Amino acid sequence: MMLELIVLLLAGGVVAWQSERFNPNLPRWIAMATVILGMLLLLSTISGIPADTFNMVTEPSKAENWLLYSRHEWIPRFGISLELGMDGLSLLMLILTLALGAIAIVSSWNEIEFKPGLFQANLLWTLTGVIGVFLALDLFLFFLFWEVMLIPMYLLIAIWGHENRGYAAMKFFIFTQVSGLLMLLSIIVLAVQGAGDGDISFSYGDLLGSAPTGKAGMLTMLGFFLAFTVKLPGFPFHTWLPDAHTQAPTAGSVLLAGILLKTGAYGLLRFCIPLFPEASMQFAPIAMTLGTVGIIYGAVLAFAQSDFKRLVAYSSVSHMGFVLLGLYAWNSLALQGAIMQMVAHGVSTAALFMMAGALQHRLHTRDMNRMGGLWYNAPRMGACAMFFAVASLGLPGMGNFVAEFLVLAGLFAVSPWMTAAAAIGLITAAIYSLWLMQKTFQGKPDEERKLQDFDRREMGAMVIMMAALLWLGLYPQPVFDLTQPVLEGLQPLIVNVPETLAGNIPGGTP
Amino acid sequence: MNEFVAIAPLLMLALGATAVMLQIAFLRSVRLTAVVATVSLLLASASCFYANDTAPLQVGALLQADTYSLLFCILFTLAGAVTCVLSLDYIQHHGDEPEEYFLLLILATLGACVLAYAVHLASLLLGLELLSVSLYALIAYPNRSLLPLEAAIKYLVLSGAASATLLFGFALLYATTGTLHFSELGTALEQSDMGAALPMAGAAMILAGLAFKLSAVPFHLWTPDVYDGAPAPISGFLASVGKAAVFVVLLRLFLEANLFRYERLVELTGLMAILSMLAGNLLALQQTNIKRMLAYSSIAHIGYLLIVFMVCLDLSNRDIAIEAAAFYLIAYTATTLAAFGLLTLINEKRVEREQVQLQHVSGLFWRQPVLAGLMLVALLSLAGIPLTAGFIGKFYIFSAAVSGSNWILLAALIIGSGISIYYYLRVVFYMTKHAEEHKDAIELSPGWSGKALSCLLIASILVLGIMPQSLIAVLGSIL
Repeated sequence: MMLELIVLLLAGGVVAWQSERFNPNLPRWIAMATVILGMLLLLSTISGIPADTFNMVTEPSKAENWLLYSRHEWIPRFGISLELGMDGLSLLMLILTLALGAIAIVSSWNEIEFKPGLFQANLLWTLTGVIGVFLALDLFLFFLFWEVMLIPMYLLIAIWGHENRGYAAMKFFIFTQVSGLLMLLSIIVLAVQGAGDGDISFSYGDLLGSAPTGKAGMLTMLGFFLAFTVKLPGFPFHTWLPDAHTQAPTAGSVLLAGILLKTGAYGLLRFCIPLFPEASMQFAPIAMTLGTVGIIYGAVLAFAQSDFKRLVAYSSVSHMGFVLLGLYAWNSLALQGAIMQMVAHGVSTAALFMMAGALQHRLHTRDMNRMGGLWYNAPRMGACAMFFAVASLGLPGMGNFVAEFLVLAGLFAVSPWMTAAAAIGLITAAIYSLWLMQKTFQGKPDEERKLQDFDRREMGAMVIMMAALLWLGLYPQPVFDLTQPVLEGLQPLIVNVPETLAGNIPGGTP
Repeated sequence: MNEFVAIAPLLMLALGATAVMLQIAFLRSVRLTAVVATVSLLLASASCFYANDTAPLQVGALLQADTYSLLFCILFTLAGAVTCVLSLDYIQHHGDEPEEYFLLLILATLGACVLAYAVHLASLLLGLELLSVSLYALIAYPNRSLLPLEAAIKYLVLSGAASATLLFGFALLYATTGTLHFSELGTALEQSDMGAALPMAGAAMILAGLAFKLSAVPFHLWTPDVYDGAPAPISGFLASVGKAAVFVVLLRLFLEANLFRYERLVELTGLMAILSMLAGNLLALQQTNIKRMLAYSSIAHIGYLLIVFMVCLDLSNRDIAIEAAAFYLIAYTATTLAAFGLLTLINEKRVEREQVQLQHVSGLFWRQPVLAGLMLVALLSLAGIPLTAGFIGKFYIFSAAVSGSNWILLAALIIGSGISIYYYLRVVFYMTKHAEEHKDAIELSPGWSGKALSCLLIASILVLGIMPQSLIAVLGSIL
């Protein structure tokens, strides 16, 4: 199924690309159909898996404990195989990817006039790469998908982006590519020294527990950490993000914020920490400090922006700081919080970027000083913006609140001071989110302005995302149930976990 | 008899050269000449498989037929054939009597193949001069503009100096050991009681002479001018086959004569590698002329390749180092041919001065998707992005360097690759510019042969990148 899903999206891209010859409206329908087909394929496969498999603790080195697992020989010279595996975490990420992929297509439904076929193709190819990242278990394969998803994303920004697209696309590519090369180096070092005198292997299961110790282990770990933190993005490697987000077309921003950033968090959780337990725990204080600084720094910068998209971009830096904190606190509570943050932030930021795109499409500006009082002109947009702004500031009842609360609760056991500092982020989030609302939708309306309100298509997308956030906020248990076995499999890999209150999520699975 | 079979590719090329010569004497027709030349190159390539049955076999004192030499013969003859097809339309517009161009091309390929076979300093020199002398003429071939002539003179003078250095190196080695055969050199040096100074100086001079042909820093100064001035298909040939052949023979010389015993010398190659990677990439950054940019980037790629010499220092890592070098050379040849192929197709009808500035390719994606696709794939492969041949090559170099724990070289490799992304992607960015922005752009309409060749090159780069298993298996058997 997993290979089929990847091939489906890849082929869908080619078909969408070529279909523009017949009708410029065709590509978006084909892209939509491809994503929906992918979703159906995924759901039908899941429904075929016996229910108790979902409760089985995933031990990464045992193939039979994955929900789905497949392996084909590829380059035997280096022990590289097409090894794909899906567990609860990957499944959650796949659902998020496909759902946000559909949202991205909807959000750019009428926006693209230049070469719509190639645009949709690049969207689908980006999704292909991301799905590959979430499924790959062979580190070589993982790296391949990691890099390959950059190219369609680069083209999305470079071709369909806004005024300064060349610079932004280049910066995005160079940041991720150079850090990626460092990761490739680390992967090879890990494989070569993990092999010893035996056969070399890039398989995740084989490499677990084979990390070098001491200084070498730390350096190797840093290669992974850098690549993932650049993508996350963590402070101080975030500088590509505001540019890329601001210049990308709406669909590109949605994908970038909603999914691509999550590949960084996923990489940390799946690869960086489990592969290097010792080095990671030594490094945890620094990583958590970076996370805390990122939360506050991102929030302060977000408040200073006058560009709608830039503000949202910096708020992403702030929110992803919580993910970094949660991951390195490494207890159930914090980890569940981090995963929840990945999902909730994906949805809420995607919605905000869609809003920004819709505004830019209508007003031809992203400058908030030239907005104001838009609620009067477009009440539906105003209501949606309000909803997602308060979701982003972490209002109880939404997914983001659950996420940030869990991270802080888990973190408190590890480092109370860090928790106190990070909690400032909740306040600053309220400031910049409400500031955003005041500058754009409230204030004195311009009655001359003709602003077309959200139509049925856009409202549909918004309502779906609202429902998702509410569901995550009010009944998050299914997400916890899905990922708990994965975490139970990963956690024992690190022996000397910092002092924790530990324990399961209240009311979670035993 | 077996000896003749073993050198069948060389014989085929010699026959091909003769046939072309005869054909030109009786009937002047560019198309026919091109067909004869291409066919003989392809036949030579096919004969390698036939010759493989007898390998490994020493032919006389000069040549050695083994999987290593035959593999590269296939590569060079195929590259020669690609250059032939690319050149057909180009040279008709650029030269007055274009038939002999193909004759020279066959001879240059023959020189490259001799280098692949060479196990003797004499055959090394023979092959090298055959290659270089043909290239002087090829570079100067378009007689309707001045630039090629200037390039040819520059290459001739500097290349002559390099050959002289090379010969002096031979003499020094001969003075110490009394032999010119690679492996006998190795044994003689082992027993030589004259101290290391003299033979090491000789080896260093050989290295310098060959490094000039490879255009490794600090012997690179001729490269951008010559590449810029030479006709585009020849620049491609020079950058791919011209360098690969020299690298092949240099590696064989070092291995068989075990020049790795001179650690200082090998460290010099490491230094050259670092300088080439950094200087090549930094200088490429400054260029707006695509040909010059590719020239500097080729310097950087030689830097990546030279890493394998340092890795070879440790005997246990030699296998992977040689495999890495071989794979990288093959990937690099295919990619370079593709990149220069695009420049050739763009410049088919431009006689006075070739147009290769960045703005000339702007919007190419929307006007000539096949050609732009060719350039995109070539650039991504040069940058080492997965799914292309260049990535597997880079992965190989990485693995080799990690096995040898050459961290400084790896750092230079990563920095160099990081810089290179900028100038490769800049071309992609220009190619994707929107319609209203490309007023400077040029009209072009490649013929069916150009398009077919482009598709072929794209396919070969992607296949090498996605399914490298079979080539890797072959490389495993050359050791």
